[in-house]
Amino acid sequence: MRTPILYRAATGIAAALMPAFAFAADTVAATEQQPTNWNAIVMFLIFAALTLVITRWAAKNTRNAADFYAAGGGITGWQNGLAIAGDYMSAASFLGISALVYTSGFDGLIYSVGFLVGWPIILFLLAERLRNLGKFTFADVASFRLQQTPIRTLSAISSLTVVAFYLIAQMVGAGQLIKLLFGLPYDYAIIVVGALMIVYVTFGGMKATTWVQIIKACMLLAGATFMALMVLVKFNFSFEDLFAKAVEIHPKHLAVMGPGALVKDPVAAISLGIALMCGTAGLPHILMRFFTVPDAKQARKSVLYATSLIGYFYILTFIIGFGAIILVRSNPAYFVGGDTTKALIGGGNMPALYLADAVGGSFFLGFIAAVAFATILAVVSGLTLAGASSISHDLYANVFARGTSDEKTEVRVSKMATVGLGIVAVILGVGFEKQNVAYMVGLAFSVAASTNFPVLILSLFWKGLTTRGAVVGGILGLVSAVTLIVLGPVVWKAVLGNPAPIFPYEYPALFSMPLAFLGCWLFSILDGSAQGKAEQAAFEAQLVRSETGLGAEGAVSH
Amino acid sequence: MTTNPSVQKIMDDPKYRELVRKRSTFGWFLTALILIVYYGFIFLIAYDRDFLGQPLSEGSVTTIGLPLGVAVIVISIVLTGVYVRRANGEFDDLTKQLIDGAK
Repeated sequence: MRTPILYRAATGIAAALMPAFAFAADTVAATEQQPTNWNAIVMFLIFAALTLVITRWAAKNTRNAADFYAAGGGITGWQNGLAIAGDYMSAASFLGISALVYTSGFDGLIYSVGFLVGWPIILFLLAERLRNLGKFTFADVASFRLQQTPIRTLSAISSLTVVAFYLIAQMVGAGQLIKLLFGLPYDYAIIVVGALMIVYVTFGGMKATTWVQIIKACMLLAGATFMALMVLVKFNFSFEDLFAKAVEIHPKHLAVMGPGALVKDPVAAISLGIALMCGTAGLPHILMRFFTVPDAKQARKSVLYATSLIGYFYILTFIIGFGAIILVRSNPAYFVGGDTTKALIGGGNMPALYLADAVGGSFFLGFIAAVAFATILAVVSGLTLAGASSISHDLYANVFARGTSDEKTEVRVSKMATVGLGIVAVILGVGFEKQNVAYMVGLAFSVAASTNFPVLILSLFWKGLTTRGAVVGGILGLVSAVTLIVLGPVVWKAVLGNPAPIFPYEYPALFSMPLAFLGCWLFSILDGSAQGKAEQAAFEAQLVRSETGLGAEGAVSH
Repeated sequence: MTTNPSVQKIMDDPKYRELVRKRSTFGWFLTALILIVYYGFIFLIAYDRDFLGQPLSEGSVTTIGLPLGVAVIVISIVLTGVYVRRANGEFDDLTKQLIDGAK
């Protein structure tokens, strides 16, 4: 029995679980409220208590703006690497990618790889330069030699767009997940997420946000490692035996070992690749993590640790997915009506959770469910802090007050913005409960790749960029990304119910990103103003600082 | 900002040119390498799935695609390590000399 409402609720969960993709929209799942799961609730309460203790500690050590926005620059490379990895190891990649491996095998690997390859590029081209030029937000970097007001306004608009869509998808996902895993009503989950996130961010700032993410990353890595080990032990660590058994059980048999139908044509594949790769390099909540480390050396190290952990984690999810083919597919207890040819109880994103039950019993399932909730909470906190920084540091301090506000007021504005964003997120989370929000994270990645990324890259590497070029190019990227998504399959067809999309691809980045670059280039070379000339002349000095770190004030408070 | 004497001094230092040239060449070279590896993999998926789907050895179910996919992940990590090693050593030493020289 699946009603359209349940279907839409299920696609909501899919949205939060699969940040960059809408492909899960077809895994129909009924998210009916499940019996109350006390194991999961108790374990989540322990996690919440621990994070609140940390927030108290962080609050005591958060005195000025540098502490609030960037943890006083006191995060080491290793800690930051864990936090970045935590931002990336969302409930999405854990439940979503293992579910994808469970249904189509090899195809899951394509997504893991796409998610990972953005990181080396961020390291080679961005990480240390960001650290050397910026203080609290990436707009510090983009507006280094350009005009403050227009560049920061543009950056704030695109950052808030990215944050808002990401937040809605995460909130809706949290509500659905909790209904399913904890057996608690949807609204409770939304309010718990909103309240805890406001507490972490307003009292503990970046320090608390980072440590919540680190703790969650450790819990998730430990849980996933345990699951993968339990699967491998059953096959004496022979991958060939594991795959052979999976091929025997899976209805598609040998087809799960090679590429399937997921990547239809090269244009779609490349457009997705660009959205994943360049979108990552333009996500404000990821970029802000480079300001929490003391120097460029630690910034580089943090990317190395993050890339290694993320890579390791994706290999685990692959093993978990194959383990689920064997241990979940053959167990009627996990299927609707006890029939293994029907859908999984709770829907398409459940394989990793049932595998947890199969290898570790209901206690371990409770642990994994608590980790999944903690994951959403940690990601949401980072997003909110990024949004609040944009409002207070970019819009309030540098645009509205034109640099005349003092630090105390700025931090106060940031805290008010956090409370405001938290309340808005709760209201939107409740409002969008029954909506299909699958397109929202795709929109977030595409906007990040088409606005933040081109402006950031050109301001760092191209002498010729002027304010006029950056603003025109950035707006072109923003508007075209949003428009093409609305005209594309996920909104035009799936949400608005039109028979065929006007724009054929889910991810517009292949088109909107070059358009942004083109706009930046064209309007910069046409810009003959004295202001533009001065901005180009300031490039050499910016380059010296971005290459050597000379004069970088950074966020170090002591 | 160009009036800052340290900045001018660094810009005139031949070591600065050397640092910028070496590091950007290295960074863009590795970027190109990652792009080739990743899009090579994607193009194989788009154009030659049979290649990726063939067995690794006679009679095995493990396909060529699996170790290749894992290899893309491992190469990403290794190249990241290669960059960090050189940047935190050679490039940072050069940078330190430059900044000390400009003081």
